[in-house]
Amino acid sequence: MIFKKIIIIYFLLSSSLYCKEASLELIEIYKNLRCIVCQGQSIADSNSDFASTIKLVVKDQIKEGKTEEEIYNFLISKYGEWIVYKPTFKKNNFFLWFLPYFIFILGGLIIFIIIKKSKHNRAN
Amino acid sequence: MRINFSKIIIFSFVIFLISVFWMGLKKDNNYSTKNLTGSEIGNFKLPSIYSSDIISEEALKQNQFTLINFFASWCAPCRLEHKYLIKLARQNKNIKILGVNFKDKKKNVTNFLNELGDPYDYIVEDRDGKASILFGTYGIPETILINKELIIIKKVIGPLDQTQYEEILKLTQ
Repeated sequence: MIFKKIIIIYFLLSSSLYCKEASLELIEIYKNLRCIVCQGQSIADSNSDFASTIKLVVKDQIKEGKTEEEIYNFLISKYGEWIVYKPTFKKNNFFLWFLPYFIFILGGLIIFIIIKKSKHNRAN
Repeated sequence: MRINFSKIIIFSFVIFLISVFWMGLKKDNNYSTKNLTGSEIGNFKLPSIYSSDIISEEALKQNQFTLINFFASWCAPCRLEHKYLIKLARQNKNIKILGVNFKDKKKNVTNFLNELGDPYDYIVEDRDGKASILFGTYGIPETILINKELIIIKKVIGPLDQTQYEEILKLTQ
């Protein structure tokens, strides 16, 4: 009897954990999709008609076994790159991808020069 | 004269930022799916509203031109554009019109068509709106003109008006 109960609890827990994982994946995808009929909202945030339809389509595609990348590509083919918050790497948005790294390195360099200069001044 | 290296860097960075913001301001960010023009419509299978037939893209290959119109009985702008659809159906035999009924009820569609006339050669239903995503629509009314090869020739977002009606006539002559 106890053994049976343990098995039932195990199955209930594992299925609820699986559901949680699946819904987390869905939320991650919704968050990276822009609601194009709303003002500054993602599909995850919006309750608009458009957002709820996109949610249904994403759910269906996940059920069909499509990957996150495939879902984004499908929606980009229909609505353009505007629908995703994270743009794909292209020559037009080269700066968008590399500027933060460039600024980071440049900032480090400037700090290094300033520290070096102040040390040199102190030594003198 | 001693060149101040950090000042030059800061100055060029500010100039760069201003030019990026300037370009951003000038860029048109209005959303449109008009860039779908020239691409092929995807595969679809939609149930006919008044029969058990399933309409797919294969059926549209037999028409010289097909006008795919997304409408609903509850949509006020759809009422406004309906007269142009009626005129197109009467005046241009090259066009077949496929009505995609969006998130609606059969009874309401019937009342809508009885009141305003039925310009459609086929009417299919999209109960949950999922099929409309395949066509890149985000609201209704929307109209897509395709040719025999299923290539999108024109996409109208919002209700059809006199100018668009004339343009569709011209394109399908």
